[in-house]
Amino acid sequence: MTPSRTQLFLAYLRIGLTGFGGVNAWARQLLVEKKGWLTDQQYAEALGVGQVLPGPNALNCAINVGTRFHGAAGAALAAIGLFAGPMAVLLGVASLYDRYGQIPLVRAVLTGIAAAAAGMVLGTAIKMAIKLRPTAMLLATGLLALLLALLRVPLPLVLLGLAPLGIWAAHRTAR
Amino acid sequence: MSEDDEIGPLVLAFLALSLVSIGGGIAVLPEMHRVVVEEHGWMDSLAFAKRFALAQAAPGPNIMVVGLIGWHVAGAAGMFAAMLAMCGPTSLLAYAVARLRQRDLPWLRVVERGLVPIAVGLIAASGLLLAKGTVDEAVLALPLAAVCTVFVTLSSRSPLWVLVAGAFYGALLL
Repeated sequence: MTPSRTQLFLAYLRIGLTGFGGVNAWARQLLVEKKGWLTDQQYAEALGVGQVLPGPNALNCAINVGTRFHGAAGAALAAIGLFAGPMAVLLGVASLYDRYGQIPLVRAVLTGIAAAAAGMVLGTAIKMAIKLRPTAMLLATGLLALLLALLRVPLPLVLLGLAPLGIWAAHRTAR
Repeated sequence: MSEDDEIGPLVLAFLALSLVSIGGGIAVLPEMHRVVVEEHGWMDSLAFAKRFALAQAAPGPNIMVVGLIGWHVAGAAGMFAAMLAMCGPTSLLAYAVARLRQRDLPWLRVVERGLVPIAVGLIAASGLLLAKGTVDEAVLALPLAAVCTVFVTLSSRSPLWVLVAGAFYGALLL
């Protein structure tokens, strides 16, 4: 089933505005489960590409899905739909934070959310690593990336060093 | 220095960040932290972690943290400039690859599979750095971050609950 351009735009507008804690889970629920525009496999592949390309992965994924249905116009509609709502909300949030950010209760709540968000990010990484079931070489590549990032090695250098290693390891297992 | 003078460096910084952001907004956080906090001194570690928390608590893609940093440095203009720099060029690349993917290319899959572990490693580094930022402010944030890590690893419930729990824990104990 192929959505019309308007349906595609409205779906991404909704994904952007409901996507608390990152939009990928919400996008999957709407596109795959509710609308049935994509299969689970198709969505996972679109998201996977979004993750390995540079740039925000939710946005890359939206461009992938948009292109699939309506070419360049679809890509633009999905991207704009995804960001229109959150940008408006963010303008409000940023000015509220400037005014009330230093109140002790607000500070404490935000520190709590920040610590929880840190745990969420770390937990997500562990979950992804478990799901991938990487070969020893791929696991070593991931751990090296972790270590080098913690040592504050500039990311371009990390990528230049590790991308060939990762691709070589993936190539070996592909054969 | 006036805010307008900061827009140039802001755009350049996020353009450069966007090009190396394999794995998306969260994977690039350690590098963003290095550039924003250590290189330009636009804010300190805790302020950085809190803006990330704010972006997580608001709806939308995680990358909205870039908008909040832009806002902090140069107001509304900074917010839009930083977001455009972060999202514009990579969108064109994503579109080009989306076109390529419509023909099924095996080498593209190998490249994808080789880059995924790097992205995951970088995401793990982000979690650790963010946790350090909050623990520097309040030691009691450490058990919270640890419990949330375990919860998210083991449970498939919406991460929203983790953020809500963090808000209450913060209000009561931090």
